[in-house]
Amino acid sequence: MSIDMEQFHQTFFEESFEGLDIMENELLNLDVGNADNESINTIFRSAHSIKGGSGTFGFTAIAEFTHVAETLLDEMRDGTRQITQEAVDILLKSVDVMRDMLNVYKDGGEMNENNNIAVQKELENLLGNEGSSTSDEDSNASENKTASDGWHISFHPHVEMLRTGNDPVRMMYALADLGEIEVIADISELPAFVDLNPEDSHLSWKITLTGDINKDDIVEVFDWVEDECDLEIVPRANKTERIADTQETTISDPSIPAATKETTEKKTATKKSGGETASIRVGIDKVDEIINLVGELVITQAMLGQAGGDMSTDKEYNETRMEKLLEGLAQLERNTREIQESVMRIRMLPISFVFSRVPRLVHDLSSKLNKKVDLVTLGEGTELDKTVMEKIGDPMVHLVRNALDHGIETPEQRIAAGKSETGTLTLNAYHKGGNIVIELSDDGAGINKERVLNKARANGLVGANEELSDDAINDLIFHPGLSTAEALSDVSGRGVGMDVVRKNIKSLGGSVRVNSTEGEGAIFTIQLPLTLAILDGQLVKVGTETFVVPLVSIIESIQVKSENLSGIAGKADLYKLRNEYIPVIRADNIFNMPNDDSQLENRLMVVVEGDGHKAGIIVDDLLAQQQVVIKSLETNYQRVDGISGATILGDGTVALILDITGMIDIYKEKGVPDPTTPVTPPEGNNSDIADEAA
Amino acid sequence: MASILAVDDSASMRQMVTFTLKGAGYDVTEAKDGIEALQIAKSNSYNLVITDVNMPNMDGITLTKELRALPAYKFTPILTLTTESSADKKMAGKQAGATGWIVKPFNPDQLLATVKKVLG
Repeated sequence: MSIDMEQFHQTFFEESFEGLDIMENELLNLDVGNADNESINTIFRSAHSIKGGSGTFGFTAIAEFTHVAETLLDEMRDGTRQITQEAVDILLKSVDVMRDMLNVYKDGGEMNENNNIAVQKELENLLGNEGSSTSDEDSNASENKTASDGWHISFHPHVEMLRTGNDPVRMMYALADLGEIEVIADISELPAFVDLNPEDSHLSWKITLTGDINKDDIVEVFDWVEDECDLEIVPRANKTERIADTQETTISDPSIPAATKETTEKKTATKKSGGETASIRVGIDKVDEIINLVGELVITQAMLGQAGGDMSTDKEYNETRMEKLLEGLAQLERNTREIQESVMRIRMLPISFVFSRVPRLVHDLSSKLNKKVDLVTLGEGTELDKTVMEKIGDPMVHLVRNALDHGIETPEQRIAAGKSETGTLTLNAYHKGGNIVIELSDDGAGINKERVLNKARANGLVGANEELSDDAINDLIFHPGLSTAEALSDVSGRGVGMDVVRKNIKSLGGSVRVNSTEGEGAIFTIQLPLTLAILDGQLVKVGTETFVVPLVSIIESIQVKSENLSGIAGKADLYKLRNEYIPVIRADNIFNMPNDDSQLENRLMVVVEGDGHKAGIIVDDLLAQQQVVIKSLETNYQRVDGISGATILGDGTVALILDITGMIDIYKEKGVPDPTTPVTPPEGNNSDIADEAA
Repeated sequence: MASILAVDDSASMRQMVTFTLKGAGYDVTEAKDGIEALQIAKSNSYNLVITDVNMPNMDGITLTKELRALPAYKFTPILTLTTESSADKKMAGKQAGATGWIVKPFNPDQLLATVKKVLG
């Protein structure tokens, strides 16, 4: 029977990665010197499962490596080994090695052999023995003997042998498979019927097995009952006994075929890549909710069918029907919205998936930087879309690195500043409107505004006499190529990164800003949309085109009053909105649309905010507010600056979704663009998109 | 056809064991730890129990002891899944009343051969 083991690999990888996360987490939380037994057990169990699975599924390298780690854990578990910080650190490194190995088996690529061997050496040194192999099974293969004439077997089960579920008859069958069998039962120990306990074994057997049979095969039949019987196996003719060549014999030790499989396994591991089908685990409650809602949808459908089905010529009758129909439609709308919401929830995962990477990072970095850091995480259950989650991991890691490297001071500096020697890094997540907010705060030194400003002046980012608000200075750290770290460190590099962090977050439709008080610490606030698939939008009309403005970026809508308008150099317009001046962006200009009406007075202006900057967008009409499903413009057409995507409206037409931050950027770069130079492809492309989207 | 209760906390091992045994025509029920297995075993009857040793909540050794204490499972074959490194685990299993063991890692053929050994 040949079974394709590959079909189980996906499950194995999933559970192993999960197991490694558990190990890592427990190791990080381990109270060295006073470790909780259950924690050690949990860690051991994870390693043990990974070892068992990797051996079974042919990932020999992982099995061998994990075996060494497991041995160490086993000693910790049964108390023969002290749990030291050193051991914990080596085990953490082992977790990394195992994770790397799994990734190589999963996605292909090269094993980092040197590192793997180095960590294994560290483990072995700690264990105090030299390279133990996976198989510590007795290697008495030399004892394998065959007797060409067969064997005499004397089998005398102990009274209690049946109680372990072992059945002598099965053993006879197994022996009969090996060769010709002759069995003589010895019933001499059988008690009188009244004394007979059917649960006891009273019989014994003399068995003669004829044929060229390996003794090991016979021993294997009795393997399980070794200690529950008296067994004697002697060759029928002693003289024919010979030592078998160990390499020729079939050995039942399963670790041997596994080892020979290794070379072929490596080939298949490199060949496989990319073909991963992403899967997601969904709580049963979410699935139940959808099933429930679909049930309601069916009821609504029945109701509509009934209401629409039997119209008659009676006008009054029809009116009540109409009422029913409208009621049904309202219900359908509600159902649709609810189903949409719960389907979206399927993709929602708790932010703990991202947060869980942080403890390890803090542990490693703080020991590297010789800093003491406590990590506090809050709101780990806050959910967000899986795709957003996948993309926020790296920026988060970068911010944590930055906080530990540049934010939190060394214990000496902290004490000198009158703080406790241990710094605190706090991660917090919560929902706010249609967004998730992630706050990363530290109680470190904060941003040295003077130094940032000097640096910015030196780089020509800020004019020599230009005065900036505190927020504007803080914001400079997101500027490409600006870092004030006194020494280059391999932890967070040199200013390469914060701009990338902001770029990545922006590309998710989010924003990041920093608040800092010198000497007290800094708070980075990331705001992200909960999902990238649906957007609450305000439909607006500009000329003949309909655009969608994301509701989150709208502050207010006003009618333009001429006394508040002021032009600069006759081109760019500013609008005085209460006490501040905001630039006026004309979508028709930015997108190079024909518009003969250049008068701004009395037209409508939507005041928006993107990335901390306010602007007013001139529109001709405000239409409905509705949720729109975002279709990628990049996939269906190409990237267009100032446009984040498209959607299809209820009447089947395509509307473009405005990228407010992008529009402000275009405005800043170009001022008011000359209408003769196209900024974006000429219109008429809408129909292309509609075709593709359809 | 004989019915088998397969107990393992690892989903991939359960998948593999179930797939192999079902393919050979056995009726297989899965449990993810000793507690679940014991519950299932009490309300059904099985011709064979195959259990992992290291599991959360209730390990395979305790499960074996608990099963043996039930009249319906007094003589039912129970096989433990152990790793080659733990010779003492084999013995612990036997002392708890297990019929025998299957050494990890094993392949589907080895599993079937062992099951055949107890079920025929």
